[in-house]
Amino acid sequence: MGYRSIVLVKQVPDTANISGEVMKPDGTVNRAALPAIFNPEDRIALEIALQVKDRHGGEVIALTMGPPKASEILRECLYMGADRVYLISDRKFAGADTLATSYVLSEAIKKLGDFDFVFAGRQAIDGDTAQVGPQTAEKLGIPQITYVDQIVELNGKVVTARRRFDNGYEIVRSQLPALLTVIQEAAEPRPFKATRLMTYKSAKSLMELEKMVEGNPLLSREDLRHEYEERGLFIPTLTMDELKLDESRCGHSGSPTKVFKVESVVLAGGEHEKFEPTREGLDRLITKLMEDRIFG
Amino acid sequence: MPNFFTDNPDLLFHFNHLNLKEIVEIAENGYEEAQKYPYAPVNYEDAMENYRKVLEVVGDIAGNFVAPRAEGVDREGPRLVNGRVEYARGIKEDLERLTQAELMGMTLPREYGGLNFPHTIYMMAIEMISRADASLMNLFGLQDIAETIYKYGDEEQKKQFLPKFASGECTGAMVLTEPDAGSDLQAVKLHAYQDEKGQWRLRGVKRFITNGGGDILLVLARSEPGTKDGRGLSLFVCQRDESIKIRRLEDKLGIHGSPTAEMQFNDTPAQLIGKRKFGLIKYVMDLMNGARLGVSAQALGIAQAAYEEARDYARAREQFGKPIYNIPVVTNMLIDMRVTLESNRTLLYATARWVDLRDKLEKKVQQLKAAGRDFAETQKRFKEANRIAALLTPMTKYVLTESANKICYDALQIHGGAGYMRDFPIERHARDARITNIYEGTSQMQIVAATGGVINDILKDYFEQQEQKSYKGHLQFLADHLKEIRHIFLDSLQFVKDKDDENFQDVAARDLVELYSYLYVGYLLLEQAELDQRKIFIANRYIVSALAKARKNAEEIRNEQFADLLHADEILI
Repeated sequence: MGYRSIVLVKQVPDTANISGEVMKPDGTVNRAALPAIFNPEDRIALEIALQVKDRHGGEVIALTMGPPKASEILRECLYMGADRVYLISDRKFAGADTLATSYVLSEAIKKLGDFDFVFAGRQAIDGDTAQVGPQTAEKLGIPQITYVDQIVELNGKVVTARRRFDNGYEIVRSQLPALLTVIQEAAEPRPFKATRLMTYKSAKSLMELEKMVEGNPLLSREDLRHEYEERGLFIPTLTMDELKLDESRCGHSGSPTKVFKVESVVLAGGEHEKFEPTREGLDRLITKLMEDRIFG
Repeated sequence: MPNFFTDNPDLLFHFNHLNLKEIVEIAENGYEEAQKYPYAPVNYEDAMENYRKVLEVVGDIAGNFVAPRAEGVDREGPRLVNGRVEYARGIKEDLERLTQAELMGMTLPREYGGLNFPHTIYMMAIEMISRADASLMNLFGLQDIAETIYKYGDEEQKKQFLPKFASGECTGAMVLTEPDAGSDLQAVKLHAYQDEKGQWRLRGVKRFITNGGGDILLVLARSEPGTKDGRGLSLFVCQRDESIKIRRLEDKLGIHGSPTAEMQFNDTPAQLIGKRKFGLIKYVMDLMNGARLGVSAQALGIAQAAYEEARDYARAREQFGKPIYNIPVVTNMLIDMRVTLESNRTLLYATARWVDLRDKLEKKVQQLKAAGRDFAETQKRFKEANRIAALLTPMTKYVLTESANKICYDALQIHGGAGYMRDFPIERHARDARITNIYEGTSQMQIVAATGGVINDILKDYFEQQEQKSYKGHLQFLADHLKEIRHIFLDSLQFVKDKDDENFQDVAARDLVELYSYLYVGYLLLEQAELDQRKIFIANRYIVSALAKARKNAEEIRNEQFADLLHADEILI
């Protein structure tokens, strides 16, 4: 038997490599100036889904909600081995917080039919909320296992997984379908496969095909779409209307989270204290560290 | 997150200026392959895009996966456990990774699971892998073995072995060397005979076999009893089995990730590849030429790694109140290294292109013949490419492997005492580089192989054509230098010819081959300098110092520096 897995992925600004030029004066990040990358833990989620398929068979479907250029990470999903990918994109989704995002995602997942797993990264490196996975599970009405670093056992419709925390781990069992969020340590993502890379480098979403048609009267959107579908290179796009969503729950209007204020905090090591490398000096250092609760 | 493709501007420069149009067109049967395989390119631009994307994957694996494991691999080395060879852990992981990415059959045709890439692209991959871990190249770079089976094996052998290589399921070994047959492969003794059922069997000992524990072995053996030279040797393929005993693994100076085995064949069943008696004179020569190019790319990768270590160390290390990078003597050494590195890369990829052109023109001749069409013109071009590739391959190996050692030597020197310690990777690079000018034919053998082409001035037409061109500004000054080097070369060549002494010619050959390499590389660098401003610096230092070296080479010949060879016994007490 096989398992049908849906993987939630997100394109994020590469916040790990922030330099001076990409910070705006008010302390927020100028997203346009940052390279957009595949959220690292989402890639792990895809890897875990692919491992489940390698061992037990089945299907892996990747979903992303984002602007048209988010197709790039869907192509990367195809390079790694995803069977199908979907872009969920609509101008009306702009400004979505985690509540609105999980609403759209859960509706899109329902649209795709039965499934055994939803995998997602623990959190995205831009917002770091770790809320979208859990909220999606809530809306789908399925159990969730967060912070997974290992699938211990998979037997029929029951999964046993290990959750890792700072000071230990917990092994839990759940009925399927279930949603699992995974952490970086869970796996090392596989490389792109050369033949898939060469095949799917030309995969295009509807918006990308529209771009190709723009200014070229010889091309028609429908013909192109047909051609790309034939060749298995069409990335289907789900819009608000196609998903029959409640507009008031999408984008800005569906997002109760409002940014109140952004404060630019510059960390500067203003004061430092010197301890001599003697016995007494070390004693004083340790006492000080305990006072400051750096040592427990 | 270093990517060894995208972080290397000079490699990108070479990639961006590749001209493989004709090669790819023949390789892709006029892009008909795309009808059959969704990943085959539909046109030349698409093919180049494929190569770029795949090289990015190689660069990522090399920089982020292989390189961090290289030190561990070097320390751990392989083990012989119950007669089986076990790779160092890092090597095992590297191979799994490369297999996952489908990179183990880069040049093989698609019908056998390969990617059908040109050699030039494969060499770029080898360069990056070697920069990360030179010893991994000895496994990744063994794809020539599959290539040999593809070229000379029968259809059944191809079907039996090639997909196993391409899928990464099996690795191979070239089983040639014996205790008494190293550079002189004509002396190979390992016995091949047919048993009463007509089955070929192998019996004897082989030594210094890279990846001797591999699954599919190409073995050079004496099939014609009573013969003593290369014409009595045939090439066989066999699969590892109980009859093959790994007697020991060598304890080597470098490339510790690559196991080097002594093997004993005890009536091992084998299949003949191609025709009897052609083993050495045709198939192994061909196999070795492919491997020589691979070792050149390996040397280049090591040199790149060593140069970067030296440059970064020099920038970080302060002495006399400033980074040693700013001390002119050190800066000068670094520039020398950089110029050598880039001129070597130029030579490698020019040679690789000729090798590709030779292979593809040969294929085209066969296609035209089969279709009953006129092939005279293509045949002529094939022969020319064949001659040029036969000259450039050993010349490239000689130049690149010798200078990789020099670059490593200087890079270690820049590290000072720290470079002598195992705390820094530079000593590993220096040890790894040292084999490149020995295996697949020593430098001395490369000179022997290149001499014929040099003496016949194979590249005469190219040089004359380049001499006719006029260049802008400083480049004309450099072009005049090259003209002078050509005078010096022709003079020296005439001197050697007039002398009509075989021994003298053998010893003078090194100078002649070096002179010839200055000319070829010099003109290539001039072409690049016309495309890119920065390359003028590279061309300038290369050509100016080439003229000085050319004068030295010529003096050595003219002054008959070698005359004292006659008194060797008196000198060598």
